[in-house]
Amino acid sequence: MTVAAGAPALAINGLTFHYPDGREALRGVNLTVQPGEKVALVGPNGAGKSTMLLHLNGLLQGGGSISVFGQELRGSDKRTLQQVRATVGLVFQDPDDQLFSPTLAEDVAFGPLYMGLSEQEADRRVGQALAQAGLAGYENRMPHHLSGGEKKRAALATVLSMSPRILCLDEPSAGLDPRARRGLIQLLAQLDQTILVTTHDLHMVRELFPRTVIMDGGLVVADGPTGAILADQALLDAHGLELP
Amino acid sequence: MSAEAAYLDRYLPGASALHGADARAKAPMTVGFILATSALPVGAWAWYGVMCAAVWLAVAASGVGLRRLAGRTLIALPFVLAAVPAIFTRPGQPVGELPLGPWSLTAIDAGLVFCGSVLLKSWISVTAASLLVATTPATTLITALYALRVPPVLVRIVAFMHRYLFLLTEEVARLLRARASRSAALDGPVGGSVAWRARVAGGMAGALFIRTYDRAERIHMTMLARGFDGDFRQRAPVPLSRASLTGAAAVLVACGGVVALAHMSAWL
Repeated sequence: MTVAAGAPALAINGLTFHYPDGREALRGVNLTVQPGEKVALVGPNGAGKSTMLLHLNGLLQGGGSISVFGQELRGSDKRTLQQVRATVGLVFQDPDDQLFSPTLAEDVAFGPLYMGLSEQEADRRVGQALAQAGLAGYENRMPHHLSGGEKKRAALATVLSMSPRILCLDEPSAGLDPRARRGLIQLLAQLDQTILVTTHDLHMVRELFPRTVIMDGGLVVADGPTGAILADQALLDAHGLELP
Repeated sequence: MSAEAAYLDRYLPGASALHGADARAKAPMTVGFILATSALPVGAWAWYGVMCAAVWLAVAASGVGLRRLAGRTLIALPFVLAAVPAIFTRPGQPVGELPLGPWSLTAIDAGLVFCGSVLLKSWISVTAASLLVATTPATTLITALYALRVPPVLVRIVAFMHRYLFLLTEEVARLLRARASRSAALDGPVGGSVAWRARVAGGMAGALFIRTYDRAERIHMTMLARGFDGDFRQRAPVPLSRASLTGAAAVLVACGGVVALAHMSAWL
């Protein structure tokens, strides 16, 4: 994958997508994210947030264009797409989907091994990613023996081990109890990657993300500093958002 | 982890030599033992005794407890039922009659011996397999299967099944609980017709299938997102120790010896 100097981390232009049943999920999304930015993507259920995330590493391909550090995804060959997947780490909403291996170590090593890294390097990254996620010593634990909060952090570790430059997380704090949620927020605060997070947790948005994007009906309807967006009660009301 | 999932975990932690043994040696030993048991001649009761004693000794050494393991071996029962018709159909001398209303079934001596042999062999085999599963964590066993060059697609299927069996069981339990909590009763007849109940159960099975299918799609997405290209990659295993190799070889040779001796004594 060629990285253009000075290119934005993500540049999405006129992204459209139809589900096979004809339903329109994205109707021309425009969004640019600069390297190192931390952006929250909020909006009602069905707004197209998760669908958009699936486009960012080529899992879904719609109309319009997406480039990752200057690399256009449209028309990219399989090899380039795989390189993009090492750059854009996607963490899915349900950690039980993300954690599919018998043990945590195997799951966290999955990405590094597919990137072609040596086993020693994969092991080193497993240790590092688990420690970063606060799960040091959990290598041989089975996913179904973990609590909800641990599963969420483990799912993040499976992507951190790939050292992606961009992290995309789908509702990372959903369904967590206050303590687990706090642990996750602290973990996200320590990460220095470019981060794009879809969420309904406006508390977390206020705490962690300087920039907020609102999506509704398959479009970006607002984009600006979090303070200004969350202060606009009429805007929040119009898109089914509620301040904590 | 829910109660249902805990019940599914077959591993019983322990510190015995059997627990510590390399799964790559234990698995072939168990398979060899089971093959040898099934290869014993029909009616070789003394040899069944030898195999039974061997597996009981192993159970005793593992500290798992024969009683605890015996409960699990009942899983062999339905398979043994398949051998029951042989009691009445094998050629041989009649030994008794089983009246069934206007008809009666004649038990044959050779059939009884055959059925008894199948019963004992199955039970010994299932005890050995249960012992392997009780002394080896499932994850270790799965890694051992890869190392033993079992086709990776098959092992992956086993691994996925083990991983998601727990979730599936929980999902079924949730569906059943949701149905039970709405199965209220007022005075008078309750429960609806059998056809209606069948329709509800069918709907539940359908819902479960769709959820499972959706999950499989999502898991595939998460695999693709981490670079999966359809090819299963596995780490190179560390070499098997000399002690494990010797142990496995000794057990396999002994199993072969028992089968050979049993067949020779049957001819004499």
